[in-house]
Amino acid sequence: MTVKITTPLTSEKARTLKAGDTVEITGVIYTSRDAAHKRFIEALDRGEKLPADFKDAVIYFAGPSPAKPGQPIGSVGPTTSYRMDPYSPRMIREAGLTGMIGKGRRSAEVVEAMKECGAVYFGAIGGCAALLAKCVKKAEVIAYDDLGAEALRRLEVEDLPVTVVIDSEGNDLYRLGREQYLESLK
Amino acid sequence: MREISARQITETVRRLCMEACYYLPDDVKKRIEECRREEPFPIACGILDKIIENYRIAGENSVPICQDTGMACVFLEIGQDVHINGDIEEAVNAGVASGYKDGYLRKSVVSDPIERVNSGDNTPAMIYYELVPGDRLTITVAPKGFGSENMSQLKMLKPADGIEGVKDFVLKVAEDAGPNPCPPIIMGVGIGGTFDKAALMAKKALLRPLDEKNPDSFYAQLEDELLEKVNALGIGPQGFGGRTFCLKVNINHMATHIAGLPVAVNINCHVARHKTEVL
Repeated sequence: MTVKITTPLTSEKARTLKAGDTVEITGVIYTSRDAAHKRFIEALDRGEKLPADFKDAVIYFAGPSPAKPGQPIGSVGPTTSYRMDPYSPRMIREAGLTGMIGKGRRSAEVVEAMKECGAVYFGAIGGCAALLAKCVKKAEVIAYDDLGAEALRRLEVEDLPVTVVIDSEGNDLYRLGREQYLESLK
Repeated sequence: MREISARQITETVRRLCMEACYYLPDDVKKRIEECRREEPFPIACGILDKIIENYRIAGENSVPICQDTGMACVFLEIGQDVHINGDIEEAVNAGVASGYKDGYLRKSVVSDPIERVNSGDNTPAMIYYELVPGDRLTITVAPKGFGSENMSQLKMLKPADGIEGVKDFVLKVAEDAGPNPCPPIIMGVGIGGTFDKAALMAKKALLRPLDEKNPDSFYAQLEDELLEKVNALGIGPQGFGGRTFCLKVNINHMATHIAGLPVAVNINCHVARHKTEVL
């Protein structure tokens, strides 16, 4: 069964999602990756305001390819999330982030912050960037334009297909899915 | 002596960059579709269906299959009887710059690994030159994404580690990579040579069509055995469980030193892009 959610994503709503759930996200989400995250943390260190309000927000770890004329965005699939592990706990605790979309494993520190604050980690299918781009209705750079593909973007998405990989209780589909498959062979 | 102009090289590289990023090679598509038919786990089947739908959309609309259009790895096999009019390195980089700009491909290169400022045009390309007999120039462009590149490893094994050591290392690389490199993956393995040659053999192994085996029957069998073992880990497509973690293990091997057994494993995701043209 597919759960449909509309952003903003409150921690109450995030806590109802379970590892393995397929979810379609509609509403505003943000794309940012390595370089923008570094700047978020530098801004937090200086006590400055972040360039967007991430309270109850979802960040998609992605750097799109350039949009062709007439298209809102180029291809836009997830990038590997562990590179954001040094930054995500503070984005969750201090900026109020409740959702992350990416691919690949997360650190124990990230999962700890997710459990503490009620956040969820979604996986989008890595390499399915042309398909995922079809869900993006509007995209604009809202900060760090100098970073090119790595700039902070505000996206309006419709039914973006993702899977809950790690839920707010720390259940991990990478472990559970593999166990279930190996069990099915017995 | 046959003349090839730098401009012709630039034009070819430009076109190959775009085509490689939009159109997945037929052998890769065939292998993904074969694995889909053999996949027993429902979640994994769903993911493979999306992957197939994705490369169809990309091909029909001439848009990048994956947003990470990679670093441009360019392999040049230059016939000994070819004379190139102009600077070959400049010619290749000019082709990459215009292909990435005009093809709406992502510029993913930083000019310095520590300062990390984007070079703006996806140059420099990673260029490999090889002299071969004849009067032709073969150009292969292989845009290499870094989600999978980051999960690649190299180890200098001891001769005493032998074949079991090689197998254990390949399995360790697969296990370490897990869901990170966007499985299903292709594993390019280089065995022997020196530290650098092993890595290059592994990278070149990723260019070999997936329906071809190592010509040496011992290594061909090793490819099959490793594929079976890697897929038995159960990691599956995207790491959500299933059989199809790896589409193919391609091994290249060569002579090495009495003291060493270098093994390199270069990983590519299912978006295994490369395109070749002969001038």
